[in-house]
Amino acid sequence: MAEKKVTLIREFTKGLWDENPILRMVLGTCPTLAVTTSAINGFSMGLAVFFTLVMSSLIISLARKLIPNEVRIAAFIVVIATFVTVTDRVMAAFYPEISAALGPFIPLIVVNCIVLARQEAFASKNPVGRSVIDAIGMSVGFTLVLLALGSIRELIGNGTIFSLQIMPRNFTTWMVMALPPGAFLMLGFFIGIANWINAREKRA
Amino acid sequence: MKLIIIFISAAIVNNYVLASFLGICPFIGVSKKLGSAMSMGVATTFVMTLTAAVAWLINKYILIGLHLEYLEIVAFILVIASLVQLVEMFIKKTSRPLYDALGIFLPLITTNCAILGLALFLVMKQYGFVESIVYGFASGFGFSLALVIMAGIREELEIGDVPQPLRGASITLIIAGCLALAFMGFAGLI
Repeated sequence: MAEKKVTLIREFTKGLWDENPILRMVLGTCPTLAVTTSAINGFSMGLAVFFTLVMSSLIISLARKLIPNEVRIAAFIVVIATFVTVTDRVMAAFYPEISAALGPFIPLIVVNCIVLARQEAFASKNPVGRSVIDAIGMSVGFTLVLLALGSIRELIGNGTIFSLQIMPRNFTTWMVMALPPGAFLMLGFFIGIANWINAREKRA
Repeated sequence: MKLIIIFISAAIVNNYVLASFLGICPFIGVSKKLGSAMSMGVATTFVMTLTAAVAWLINKYILIGLHLEYLEIVAFILVIASLVQLVEMFIKKTSRPLYDALGIFLPLITTNCAILGLALFLVMKQYGFVESIVYGFASGFGFSLALVIMAGIREELEIGDVPQPLRGASITLIIAGCLALAFMGFAGLI
């Protein structure tokens, strides 16, 4: 039993660093770049992906023996699209401002490679509990990177984090960080730093 | 005149890759060689133009006609997936050289978020039929433009001295940041 417990924890933690969807596998970059203009936007996007990924993994894993191999991708996409529609409607009804800020990127979770990749690589081959833990780990890893990226861009671009003033009042904001180029530059440096840390760990 | 403005706006000012962050995965994945970048660009432009036409018809006559707007995500993704499959079969039957050139890139297009993004933007912008097709073609053209520019830079980069941790996706994103900065200069165009 002890051995199994360790591996379950491992299923969770691998999504945080070793197989982090954004930093290590460079999946799902479109929403990462588009919505991280502020910490709250990045965090909401993370939550939306969290819900979609966990629910899809649950259903796919339950139905993994029913889905014929030939049509599995189509089946995955229909399940994912259903949960994305639910997320989209709920966000639009209860959090209209965030829904407007994220715009088409909530519906676009359907084609987010992270969600489909986890179904193909994990949920369709593993039991329910394990798949859900894997999905939770992956989406927490995704959310953390989004939150970090959003916080840094908001801090430099606007002087705030979660709309709280952090920088001194006379700090000249770097408008460019809130605009598209800032997103590309910041994510580029993030991935570079992750590579650097990994290379150092390997050497040590 | 309106069509020209739509074209310039979608292809350059609101470039899908560099300003709207759509289609980043193929932008990073397929921009290593100029040749494959061009094939990918052509295949994507082709599918995007078709998608614009089909998505407009579906939205107008099925989704709005039957009051099923809340099903747009499911409907569009299924249409795109089957459209890509159809195009692949059609090209395979009619033009073998073209199929060999585009072959592996066609299935990849289904998961290109630029295509689904295009369908969703069309609904939002409420264009007419001809405008939709121009918009679809222009978006595809803009995507190809960004892809080809990036592939050209990355081929040169092969001989450059890039620090080890920054190689691969990292330096590509940093260059994309510089390109996006350059494309921002077009903002005053319309």
